[in-house]
Amino acid sequence: MNSISEAALHAFGLVAAGDPKLVGIVLLSLRISLTAVLIGCAIGLPLGATVAVSQFPGRRALIVVLNGLLGLPSVVVGLVVYLMLSRAGPLGSWGILFTPTAMVIAQAILITPTIAALSLQVVADTWHEYREQLRSLGERGLGAATTLLWDLRFSLVIIVLAGFGRAASEVGAVMIVGGNIDGVTRVMTTSIALETSKGDLPLALGLGFILLTIVLVLNAGAFLVKETAQRRYG
Amino acid sequence: MTENMDMRAAPSLLPLRLDGVAFEVGARRIIRGISTAIAAGPRTIILGPNGAGKSVLLRLCHGLLEPTSGTVNWSSPELPGGPRRQAMVFQRPVMLRRSALGNVTYALDLAGVPRSQRKQCAMEALHAVGLEPRAHHPARVLSGGEQQKLALARIWALHPEILFLDEPTANLDPGATHEIERIIGVLHAAGTKIVMVTHNLGQAHRMGDEILFIHEGRLAERAPADRFLKHPNSPDAAKFLEGELPW
Repeated sequence: MNSISEAALHAFGLVAAGDPKLVGIVLLSLRISLTAVLIGCAIGLPLGATVAVSQFPGRRALIVVLNGLLGLPSVVVGLVVYLMLSRAGPLGSWGILFTPTAMVIAQAILITPTIAALSLQVVADTWHEYREQLRSLGERGLGAATTLLWDLRFSLVIIVLAGFGRAASEVGAVMIVGGNIDGVTRVMTTSIALETSKGDLPLALGLGFILLTIVLVLNAGAFLVKETAQRRYG
Repeated sequence: MTENMDMRAAPSLLPLRLDGVAFEVGARRIIRGISTAIAAGPRTIILGPNGAGKSVLLRLCHGLLEPTSGTVNWSSPELPGGPRRQAMVFQRPVMLRRSALGNVTYALDLAGVPRSQRKQCAMEALHAVGLEPRAHHPARVLSGGEQQKLALARIWALHPEILFLDEPTANLDPGATHEIERIIGVLHAAGTKIVMVTHNLGQAHRMGDEILFIHEGRLAERAPADRFLKHPNSPDAAKFLEGELPW
């Protein structure tokens, strides 16, 4: 207990002093995870909304697959991306294995189905309520999906955050495709794993605090946005 | 009303012809072979008890449901992908999470009205229903009566040739009901054909020129409103009128 409190104290010291190593790791983590979320939203939100408002052969199968991918193991994603990007792999010529770009790809693959499946559920529930009115006004297909995405923008913030949370807290995939190279691909989660195994608890704890704080602050922000918007727009 | 966005510029949709229209869900026959024509002009009230199939019939006419057999034919059908020339007001209107003005301009956008004209058209429509002061208020926090007025403002801006209304005042108090009926009257006076479902006899009396009485999925009687409400021909209609409160 004593060593934990000492480590925690040291960790606060590192955070308060703005330790350059720690700041570098945090910024890289945020850059990678936010880029992955951006890609995940650009693909996942329109995909989820379009599937929610459309009828086509294989729709049910696609929904089952998307829901199944919610539980996609991150190490499996890491392994597949590794195999694709390794020198012998089909995309080996890109030369991006063990770079932040590879980590963005892995995280984006991991969270796109999450964002698509969750937004599909939210949009489908609302589509049930809106369908007749929108069809009566002449809305159809992709237009309906866009209208619903905009109408549900405050609810979707929570889904985007769920995607960010999964990306930022993920360790398996980024460890495999990033290689945890100091100063290049070392992010918060891989650092925590490494420093813990080395016994450097203050840095691991400090990073853990920051990770938790970021996720909590973002979630609190999203909650407030949703509450305020619901009061204002109904 | 702004002339350049009048939907009635195209050849008339009316009359609407229903030929042997039936609608079934599983083994349940909701509409059982209705054949009739709905022409421009008089306000048509679709009357009948709960579960008679009135709302389903309205949705079949508006194209929200496909008949399981029979046909629904417009004299000059809407072009696929083109703006709609018919509209519908629902018992509970769906309002988007935008301002009242935003809800009307959204409908105008779908109708292909150029962006530069939308705001003016929308404000005219809001003014017409008395919602101009609430134009920038979020639509979903308006009262039930105001939301229904906003639904009518959406319709007003679109200038449809025919307007279907599915019990538009079912959830409203008498004051709001009176106001909604007034707006519907003005729409009709401006040339929009009104087809309204109700099971309120007072409303049928106030708003109807002719009555289509639906019973158990069939068109049991069609008659001028005054004659129907005083001397119904069919026994089912007579029973319905006896069971309802007088106006």
